[in-house]
Amino acid sequence: MKYLQRYTEGERSLHWAVALLFILAALSGFAFFHPSLFWLVNFFGGGPWTRILHPFLGIAMALAFAYMAWQFWEHNKLSPQDSNWLKQWRDVIGNREDRLPEAGKYNAGQKVLFWVLIVCLATLVLTGIVYWRSMFPDFPVWLVRLASLLHALAATVLVIAIIVHGYAAFWVKGSLRAMLRGTVSEAWAKKHHPAWHREMNR
Amino acid sequence: MTMQSSLDIQARSATTTPSPSVRHNAEVAKLIDESKCIGCKACQVACMEWNELRGDIGSNVGVYDNPADLDANTWTLMRFAEVEGQTEGLPFQWLIRKDGCMHCAEPGCLKACPSPGAIVQYSNGIVDFKQENCIGCGNCITGCPFNIPRISKKDHKAYKCTLCSDRVSVGLEPACVKTCPTGAITFGSKEDMVHYAETRVGELKERGFRKAALYDPAGVGGTHVMYVLKHGDQPELYSGLPKDPTVSPMVSVWKGAFKPLALFGIGFTALAGFFHYVTVGPNEVEEDEAVK
Repeated sequence: MKYLQRYTEGERSLHWAVALLFILAALSGFAFFHPSLFWLVNFFGGGPWTRILHPFLGIAMALAFAYMAWQFWEHNKLSPQDSNWLKQWRDVIGNREDRLPEAGKYNAGQKVLFWVLIVCLATLVLTGIVYWRSMFPDFPVWLVRLASLLHALAATVLVIAIIVHGYAAFWVKGSLRAMLRGTVSEAWAKKHHPAWHREMNR
Repeated sequence: MTMQSSLDIQARSATTTPSPSVRHNAEVAKLIDESKCIGCKACQVACMEWNELRGDIGSNVGVYDNPADLDANTWTLMRFAEVEGQTEGLPFQWLIRKDGCMHCAEPGCLKACPSPGAIVQYSNGIVDFKQENCIGCGNCITGCPFNIPRISKKDHKAYKCTLCSDRVSVGLEPACVKTCPTGAITFGSKEDMVHYAETRVGELKERGFRKAALYDPAGVGGTHVMYVLKHGDQPELYSGLPKDPTVSPMVSVWKGAFKPLALFGIGFTALAGFFHYVTVGPNEVEEDEAVK
């Protein structure tokens, strides 16, 4: 069986560094999200430690993600036919991929995820700074209130987006291999990313 | 600061089940009659004495306010406002307000706090911070409509007036009430204090302060620290006392409807994925195709 290189060792390491930091930032954030989840502070050494660590975990994730986004930027630019792909979302979730416009290295869904993640992480960092009280001076209280609400909103969208991302990797068989081993099968590339497949075999 | 076990708990931060509440404690209130206050700061001293608080020596900022603001060691503070031309025959007035926690019936701090039991509201109406449960995030400041809680730089815990919950639980009045030399601060059941305030407002009106009023703002469900104000129509004159304080709608949405909805959305997404997999199934590729 022939395999195509999809991600380098560096890209894979970076992706998983972001993923691990996301899990830590998300769990520590969830501890404060709702009373029913406060027990999550036990993973981080109690309430005060969770409060201390969460912003650092978030900043580390955002920095690692920013570097990754810079590397993947070029392949994630939206093209006119991406909107057609999105309009045919019923064919997407119905496994009728042959009816969809041809995808390049990333299909429209992956590109949308990419931009959603950028917006969410930028929002999380900017709003988080506003109420990182031990690190920054006090901001006006109306801004702190707005930031608190937006931080929770962006975190929710981010978590939902990551669930979709993780499920898609599990659902489309052969995808996990790309991020674990760096390669995908020729057939996988031809079926899911025909334009990219042609480009790779040129 | 320690558990006042003789007081029942009406509300507890980040807690979704009832707290101990079989006993009944009468609702209390502290009434501050601004018209009787001479600005002597005995209440500030009594507060420091009883609560063993000693702030750093500050610097003079050009007004009588000392220290310049509330802090982790200053739970009550006289604020001096110089006001001109508000009343006929009185070209200049010094409006002195004893600032501190208002002990709201619907406390924004308690609503915003993410740590279970760091903020409690006793059934007598006192809102108390339990520093041993405080994680130091500062959400109480975000939630407070009166800008009262302060995070200590020393231990990163939030502090504010306790309404001397330790004294009240054993039948004593708060330290500031005990010490006030003019009787400007009184303490008792909320009902009695409202009644007494109405008498005082009537007297002030007779003396020519026609807009005198009781400050017990409905926007936060009423407060357990109330003011009698000579200029009750303009509370802002008193160093920015808000006219109609409420818990900000942004805080209400953030800590109210949004979070259960968000958890539902997250759970729904995960379940949608699961059921997609067991109905539509995986998207597989026939490896043989590639050989051609």
